Amino acid sequence: MPHDHHDHDHAHALLPPDPALRVKALETILTEKGLIDPAALDEIIDTYENRIGPRNGAHVVARAWSDPAFRAALLEDATAVVSELGYYGRQGEHMVAVENTEDTHNMVVCTLCSCYPWPLLGIPPAWYKSDAYRARAVREPRKVLADFGVTLPEDTAVRVWDSTAEVRYLVIPQRPAGTEGLDEAALMDLVTRDSMIGTGLALRP
Amino acid sequence: MSRVHDMGGRFGDGPVQPEPETEVFHADWHPRALAVTLACGSLDQWNIDTSRHARERLAPKDYAAFSYYEKWLAGLADMLVDKGVLTPEELSSGHAAGPSPLADRKLTADAVTGVLARGGPADRPAQIAATFARGDRVRTRRHAHNAFVDGGHTRLPDYAAGATGRIVRLHGHHVLPDAAAHGLGDRPEPVYAVAFAASELWARPEHPRDEVVLDLWQSYLEPAT
Repeated sequence: MPHDHHDHDHAHALLPPDPALRVKALETILTEKGLIDPAALDEIIDTYENRIGPRNGAHVVARAWSDPAFRAALLEDATAVVSELGYYGRQGEHMVAVENTEDTHNMVVCTLCSCYPWPLLGIPPAWYKSDAYRARAVREPRKVLADFGVTLPEDTAVRVWDSTAEVRYLVIPQRPAGTEGLDEAALMDLVTRDSMIGTGLALRP
Repeated sequence: MSRVHDMGGRFGDGPVQPEPETEVFHADWHPRALAVTLACGSLDQWNIDTSRHARERLAPKDYAAFSYYEKWLAGLADMLVDKGVLTPEELSSGHAAGPSPLADRKLTADAVTGVLARGGPADRPAQIAATFARGDRVRTRRHAHNAFVDGGHTRLPDYAAGATGRIVRLHGHHVLPDAAAHGLGDRPEPVYAVAFAASELWARPEHPRDEVVLDLWQSYLEPAT
């Protein structure tokens, strides 16, 4: 069997030790070689800082709460449904929506790296990428929930989804009681990023 | 034996530290590291599985010491040299020795929105029939290893190796990371969501009804009796 022979390559160690200088060095070399357009970098950053974030996901959840046909279609084929709203793209090519109920609470992790549905939730938070979350979410999800101040009813099962392939999961949190009269915009304000990862619950009005 | 990135179920990492939704990046260089990495992806010299493996094969001491975007930068620098896009001398000196023959592939600012919106779907047409159906009981490979390359990339975590679960969903035919990461082609095959009882995976599960679901390729699985 061939061996993965790259184990001892450390080209990255040739760059400056300080990470800010490391990025700058790479950007400089690549720009000089004609491989990078600094204006394209600004455009990418603006996209993930200002245009793509968890409000996209909140929009999907609020609509699922208020429109039963939309909710059914979302649970059937989330990729098609979110694409129609314009939320298709890098790291969201294969979406699956999973719904929290009295019976089951869903939670998402990527134990091998930090896979995350960028078009719906933006860039993952630091804790999602942390060793602690990646290590613990699958073995002790209830203790991890406690770190977020969340306690589930004793008879609710926890189902943790480990994103080991290119499929990205969106948790549809339970709609809070007392929200019957709220429109989609008001419902969106109750949907937090963490509630769509499953480490939080939707806010109460 | 798995690598340091394969940390699902590990003990000793301490509490998770929640943070507000408004915090996207934590240092000025983080968004730059993200953008440089994405822009280099457009040069089409590697795929997502190659880039994951580049981070995974960092020396364990580096993987453990580096922050998230430091891992990205290290994996990126290693791939750029591996693929001959940059030379070690250019990395050391901080300057280009000359223009690149790949310059016509440069991602331009006006193309960014389109490229990000198009993404890179992993599904492929394939002849291999799905041999499992929803509800079937399956067992994963006994060891979480790459079947083609010793020490190579795989997406079966160590904690779920040799475990018995049940098929809950078929995702279609997707590129096989174990092959794609090593330039061995896409080799698409069925991918399933497989649910495992927590009691099957952990010595002391928190609750008798808890489950963990993993997305697993057909070649990782065999029928369980």
